[in-house]
Amino acid sequence: MSKFEYLMPSTIDEAISLLVSRGERAKFIAGGTDVMVKIKEGKITPHYLVSLRRVQGLDQITYKDGELRIGALATHRMLELSPVIRKEFPILIDAVTNIGSVQIRNVATIGGNIVNAVPSADGAIPLITLGAQVRIRGPKGERSMALEDLYIGPGQTLLEPGEILLEFVIPKLPPRTGAAYVKHTRREAMELPLLGVAVLMSLAEDMTTCTAARIGLGVLAPTPMRARNGEAILKGQKVTEEVLHKAGKAAAEECKARDSIRGEAWYRREMVEVLVPRMARLAMERAR
Amino acid sequence: MKKEISFVLNGNRMEMEVDPFWTLLELLREELEMTGTKYGCGSGECGACTVLVNGKAVNACLFPAVEIDGASVTTIEGLAKGSGELHPLQTAFIEQGAVQCGYCTPGMIMSAKALLDENPNPTEDEIRHALAGNFCRCTGYVQIIDAVKAASHAITTKGEMRPRKAE
Repeated sequence: MSKFEYLMPSTIDEAISLLVSRGERAKFIAGGTDVMVKIKEGKITPHYLVSLRRVQGLDQITYKDGELRIGALATHRMLELSPVIRKEFPILIDAVTNIGSVQIRNVATIGGNIVNAVPSADGAIPLITLGAQVRIRGPKGERSMALEDLYIGPGQTLLEPGEILLEFVIPKLPPRTGAAYVKHTRREAMELPLLGVAVLMSLAEDMTTCTAARIGLGVLAPTPMRARNGEAILKGQKVTEEVLHKAGKAAAEECKARDSIRGEAWYRREMVEVLVPRMARLAMERAR
Repeated sequence: MKKEISFVLNGNRMEMEVDPFWTLLELLREELEMTGTKYGCGSGECGACTVLVNGKAVNACLFPAVEIDGASVTTIEGLAKGSGELHPLQTAFIEQGAVQCGYCTPGMIMSAKALLDENPNPTEDEIRHALAGNFCRCTGYVQIIDAVKAASHAITTKGEMRPRKAE
């Protein structure tokens, strides 16, 4: 493993200035479960690691007036064990309980999962489907954007050098809303998804008409994506099996599934067609 | 440049200088010569290097050594009492035949300890979920899961409920 200095700032601004002053040879590290592996494999050779672990206040999970805020340094395990997330946002539990192992989830952070920006990142799909915004701070100050817009390609985000993802803000959901995520894998644990499908459904008072829908897809494009054609089919409709089937078909057509070592494009598309209706049904159950 | 850190290892206060690029596993095995914790894959996949940091199971192979400053670390060497009396998990692994080559055993036991400290009476599903990050390539998982169940039984029936925090 290559050698590096390890810097441990205690504030966000100190972390940013340490990174900027060290320039390209410096890299942020949070839980380290991706960074350390990349260093060991020789994929990156930083001279400095700037640790975010001792920065206070970045790992809070707060829920107020229907709005959920998750600090970027919150570990997957903190999310998994959070009573408020379990009760109000079970779609996040769907994702985080099957990421890595307990050992990984105890240290790997949700912010790290997102900024690493691999197409198979399980954390991103439910967050995008919930309409999460990200708050970012860097040398030039603070900014916010939709998480969906943060991604520009595999492993690439809009984060500038020195910018830190601070937190995710999930706005209050409409009444009668439920959401669900499924990670489709070949085995039950220690696995990356063949694909991931999340669906959010908001229902009218009749509990059968869909007033709004979001469909998030993972591993089905270079970045996490929304299946907007599928969403449009659901919106305003009485949800029948036929409507769900059509939405699944539309999502399968608009995704950019490809062949990879873990699965073939045709199979992925067919599973989108199957899993979109399945997750929509579960989301509707949870909306009740 | 070396960094000075202080931490608690298996109940003993430690102060030492570490290289900034060491992992916790290197610190334990190479510097402290505590070889109970094993090096398996080196990338957080196999769990052979599992230790507890502040009571939580982590992969020591990915954990920067400097980050244990101020923390409490428990390794397999810290489970048996000074008198030589084994931890109920160690006894159960022996009695249930859950040790064949033994390479995955320290990691298995540390993951199981983290589970039983939090949840002394887990279901089989909870045991499987907790041990999903520990690979065994020879003993087989049936005996290992039986051993965790037996240890859970021994702990809960003897009233030997352990505190949630690491010692």
